[in-house]
Formats: sequence, structure tokens, C-alpha cells
Amino acid sequence: MVDVGDRDVATTGLSDPDRGREPAERSAPREPEPRRGLGVQLLRVGVSLVVPVVAFLVLWWATDLLRDAEANRIIVVGVALLIGVLGVFGLYIGMDRVVNRLPARAQDAVRPFVFIGPALVILSVYLLYPTVNTTILSFRDANGEGFVGLDNYVDVFTQEQTQQALVNSLLWVIIVPLLAVAIGLGFAVLADRLGKRAEAVSKSFIFLPMAISFVGASIVWRFIYNFRPEGFGEQIGLLNGIWTGLGNEPVAWLLQEPWNNFYLMVIMIWLQTGFAMVILSAAIKSVPDEILEAARIDGANEFQVFWRVTVPSIASSVVVVTTTIVITVWKVFDIVFVMTGGEFGTSVVAERMVTEFFIFQNDGKGAALAVILLLAIVPLMVVNVRRFQEQEATR
Amino acid sequence: MTTTAVPPETRAEPDIATISPPPKQSWWRSLAQNWPVKLVVLVIVVIWIVPTLGVLISSFRPPDDVNASGWWSVLPDIWNTDWTLVNYDDVLSSEGFGNSFLNSLAVTIPATVIPITIAAFAAYAFAWMEFPGRQWIFVGVVALLVIPLQMSLIPLLRIYTTIDLNGTFLAVWLAHTGFGLPLAIYLLRNYIGSLPSSIIESAQIDGASHFQIFTQLVVPLSVPVLASFAIFQFLWVWNDLLIALVFLGGERQVRVVTQALAELNGSRGQAWHLLTAGAFITMALPLAVFFSLQRFFVRGLTAGSVKG
Repeated sequence: MVDVGDRDVATTGLSDPDRGREPAERSAPREPEPRRGLGVQLLRVGVSLVVPVVAFLVLWWATDLLRDAEANRIIVVGVALLIGVLGVFGLYIGMDRVVNRLPARAQDAVRPFVFIGPALVILSVYLLYPTVNTTILSFRDANGEGFVGLDNYVDVFTQEQTQQALVNSLLWVIIVPLLAVAIGLGFAVLADRLGKRAEAVSKSFIFLPMAISFVGASIVWRFIYNFRPEGFGEQIGLLNGIWTGLGNEPVAWLLQEPWNNFYLMVIMIWLQTGFAMVILSAAIKSVPDEILEAARIDGANEFQVFWRVTVPSIASSVVVVTTTIVITVWKVFDIVFVMTGGEFGTSVVAERMVTEFFIFQNDGKGAALAVILLLAIVPLMVVNVRRFQEQEATR
Repeated sequence: MTTTAVPPETRAEPDIATISPPPKQSWWRSLAQNWPVKLVVLVIVVIWIVPTLGVLISSFRPPDDVNASGWWSVLPDIWNTDWTLVNYDDVLSSEGFGNSFLNSLAVTIPATVIPITIAAFAAYAFAWMEFPGRQWIFVGVVALLVIPLQMSLIPLLRIYTTIDLNGTFLAVWLAHTGFGLPLAIYLLRNYIGSLPSSIIESAQIDGASHFQIFTQLVVPLSVPVLASFAIFQFLWVWNDLLIALVFLGGERQVRVVTQALAELNGSRGQAWHLLTAGAFITMALPLAVFFSLQRFFVRGLTAGSVKG
């Protein structure tokens, strides 16, 4: 329909998001702002709400069919895919058809709400309302009924198990990002000095664990830490294989309080180092060679060049990587859940939250833990979004 | 074990310093001078792949062998070892991983397509359509990035229980959509908003409607960012355990691969021939995505640094 001309515009990348504001504003005078009566306002709210709700009911009815436990699994999955994928396209096409039948004046006013309506409805139901509701629940009892004031929070900070979870989480968010960033940075610097091919291959091996789920990674590492008491056969866990090979008694690594916490953190370090490495590697490569050369000519040795020139230049990336890993680590639940179930002094806040709410059915305390999770994340996320915005603006 | 990475780097510096104003050197000499760097890189790479390698090797060994000796014992004589697919056969059929794999597909594909579609429409509206409160609503959406999904679990489970939606694919699709939307809208809005306004305007002058401009112009131009987010979301959903656990429930019929693996780990925690094969089945698809679409993959993950 429309000749795009230069397809390369796509590669101009992300830039100042505000640039997009101009044309719409400029085009506004072209079509004089129509007077909007109450009817149009109601229509707006109507399409934002009613259409997604209707779509939801249709989808719901369809999944009812899918609940038939006797049905052939391949057929069920096929139908689910069709409904899920085509349903969402159909929703927008249908809504566009409906809007096209409105009077021309109403069309322009209503159409933006057709475009953002479904997003706003879902965000309200899945994030906005639950946030308010969880906050309220955190002041209520286990069933979410009676008001108990700050009792849940007091419990969290005074009961031994949650206290331990808080301390452990604190250790996690200090140790894991520190080591992941240190190893990732070190590796990025070293790999940078290899040939192009060797660099790419070695980096992809470090990055590969990023594709693996926390559950999968937990199994991988439970196998490493596997323990058999002496006399119950050969050690099949790698760590005990090496340990006994050195002439020691086998060790039940995951039962060694408090060190078992560190053994679980190793899994997270293994997973996150690749992320740190990729971002920091890109940052290191963007430091201009002239600056490095100038420093060398001025007599700086490589060690000084790294600490005085490279590190300050990539400081912003280091901050982003660190905060991102801190947030990921703070919310980690799967690793502890799969490895130890929070036993043996390894509980962490996010795991505790699920245990309280899902296993012990204590909604109040679970909600209080969720609020604590949120409050700790807010400042970090603000830093991240700001930095991200700056980066995008300079690209 | 892993802490050894940083100190060697500093030890390697003097060698590199002598290379850096590069005079003509024969290749073997530069190879020799670079050896500390290469050695350290090699050591780290080996440490990083050995855990996965152990699982891969064990999953192809006969069950009795897996439980009788360490997987590394096959290494000296790797061509003369018995290899078998029996573990995969067991796990896929009797442990139900085959079923779970299908369920994972049925959860993951719509849970990727739905948020992208919804976010793309919204992002277009935020970037190119005129309506009251546009900036403020967008700021509100970005603010939702900070909310961890744990905040939503309890109220959502209550809603789902009330309307009897628990344990359905729809429940999980919509949950993943809700949790993925702020990031998706944010990323897509940044990208779509930076498309040249001249293209959009000339299309408008040609009489194209917003719907046409969106589907025929903006979507094709936004393929890179759509692909990056799609991969990020796909891996996020495929690898998720928490949302599946809470909203899909533990029934064998509907559970996804991560649930199947966690359950196998709980019920048969020492059946390493099954656990290793099961772990590899859950990893297979993400690893395939990783190797085939590495460029988008990296972009998607780095963009995902602002997911709440």
C-alpha cells in the first residue's frame, strides 16, 4: 500500500522517544479538534472496557472446551495455540471493524482507546489492582479477613525463619552480583585480547547458561553437589569425586550450614556471569582506542590503563549490570525451592513469600513479604530505567 | 573455585604491555606471549561448561552405569562406552515429559504472541496517536515496571479461584501477558516512536488509516525490536516455574516441563539417569533458540534488564 522507500530506517535504532510526539501534534491542526460530547466520552470508556471483556469471555468459553481431560493432548494443544494466537489478532481486527462503523467524528476520538484499551485493562487487572490489594492484605490475617495492623511485618522481622531469610537474601544480593560482575568483567577484558573467532566462541560458552531455566540449572548443580555416605557406592557428584580423589571424606555439601548458602549462590553466579560479561564486553569495546593509546603513550602501564581509563568509562554499564543482577537475585525463588526447599538454613525472601502464601496458606504474611520485595526494588529500578533511557537517547 | 578469574588478569598485564605497541612478531611468538590470557580463558570456559557436560553425558549412559560411577569415568575411553536413549524414552513417556513438552509449547507460544500484539498496538498509539492524557498514561505504564510479579500472586489466585479460571492455559497466558506488558510497551514505544515521522505522515496523506499504517508499515519496520522481545519473553515463559506452579496447578495433565522436572526432582531425587535426561529436555529448546538466534537473543536479554 505505502512505499516504505528506505528500509534502513529500522536500523537507525532507538533514539529520543519524544521525537515521536511532534508529527501527531503537528498534524492536529490539519483536522480541527472535533467537539466531544458526553456520548463520545462514554464510547471511549466503552470500547476500552467492553471489547476486552467480551474477548475474555469468548476465550474463557473456549478454554472450557480445553479442560476436557480425556481429549487427545496434541489436539488440545493445537486448539489452544489457534485460540491463543488468532484470538488476540481477531480482537483487534474486530474492534477496528466496529470503530469503522461509527460516525467519522467519533472514530478519531475512539480509535486510540481501541489501541491502548486491552493493554490498560490487563495492566489494571494484573498489576495495578493486585498491588493495591496485596498491600491491603499485608495488614490482614492469614485468611485476608481481620485487620491485624503491622503484625505481619513485625512477624517477618522477629520470627527466626524469616529473619534468616532476610539475612540470606542480603548475602545473596551482595555476593552474587559482586562475583558475577567481577568474573564477567575479567573475562570480557581477557577475551578482548584473543582473536575474533576465539573470543566469540569462548564468550558464547560463558553466556550459554543464560538460556537455561533456574530449575534446569538447579538439577545440573544438584548433580555436582551429589553426596553418598561412605560405603554406599562410588561418588557420582563431581565435587565429591574430586574431594574424595584428594583423599578426603565425602561431604554432604548442601547440608553444611551456613556454607550451603554459598553453594546455592554459585548456581546464580554461573547463570548471571554471562549477562554481565556480554554487556560489559560491549562497553569495553566502545571505549575509544585513541584514549587508551594516549594513556599508554603518556607512560601508563596496562594495569593503570585498565583501572584509570577503562573502568571509569564503563562505570555506567557496571551500575546497570549490577542493579539488574541485584533485582534478579532478590526475586530468585526456583533455585532454593528446588535445591533445598528452604531447609537447612537456606531460605530467602522470595522463596519464603511463596512458601508462606502457597504452602502455608498464610496470605497476610505472604503479602507482607511481597511488599518488602517491592519496596527494595523500587529505588534500583528507578536507577535502571533512567540509565536505560540515557543509553537509548545516545544511541 | 570461581573467584580465581580476577587475579590472573592482573598477572597477565605485564605480558600484554610488551605487546601493545605492536612491532612485527612471528605468530608463534605472539601466541607464546599471550599464553597466560589464553590459559585463564580456557580454564574459565571449562569450569563453565563442565556442569552442563556432565548432565549431557549422564543422560545418554545406561541407568546402572550412571548410578555406579561418576560420568567423568567415561572420558578416557569415550568411544568404547555404552550409549543409550533409554533414559529419554523413560522420561518422555512414563514420566510424562512428552506431554509436558506439548503443554509448554501451548503455554509459551500464546504467552509470547499475546503480549507482543497488545503491546505493539499500545506502543503505536502512545507514539503516533493523539488523545488526552497520553504522556501521563505512558509514564504510568513505565512506572509499573517496578512491580515484582510476587505482588500479584495472591490477589490473582483469589480472582482465578472465584471465576474458576485456575488450572487453564488462559489463566497462565494472561498472567504472563500482564507481567510482560510494561516492559514490552516501554521497549516498543521507544522504538516505534523513533521511526521517521515523514513515513507515517506521507502514509496519512495517502489516506491510510491508523490500522493500515500500523499493520503494513510500522510492524514490518519494527521487526528487530519485536524479535528481541519475542525471544526474551519466550525464554522467560518457557523457563518459568513460579507462575505455572501457582496458576496451572500440579495436575499431570496440564503441567509444563519446568514443573515436571521440579516434581521428578522431588519424588525421585536420586534417579540421576532420569533427572539428567529430563533436565536436558527442558533445556533443548532454549539452547536451540540460543544457538540459532544469538544476536537477537543477546539484544533481548540486555533489553530485559528493566523487567520488574
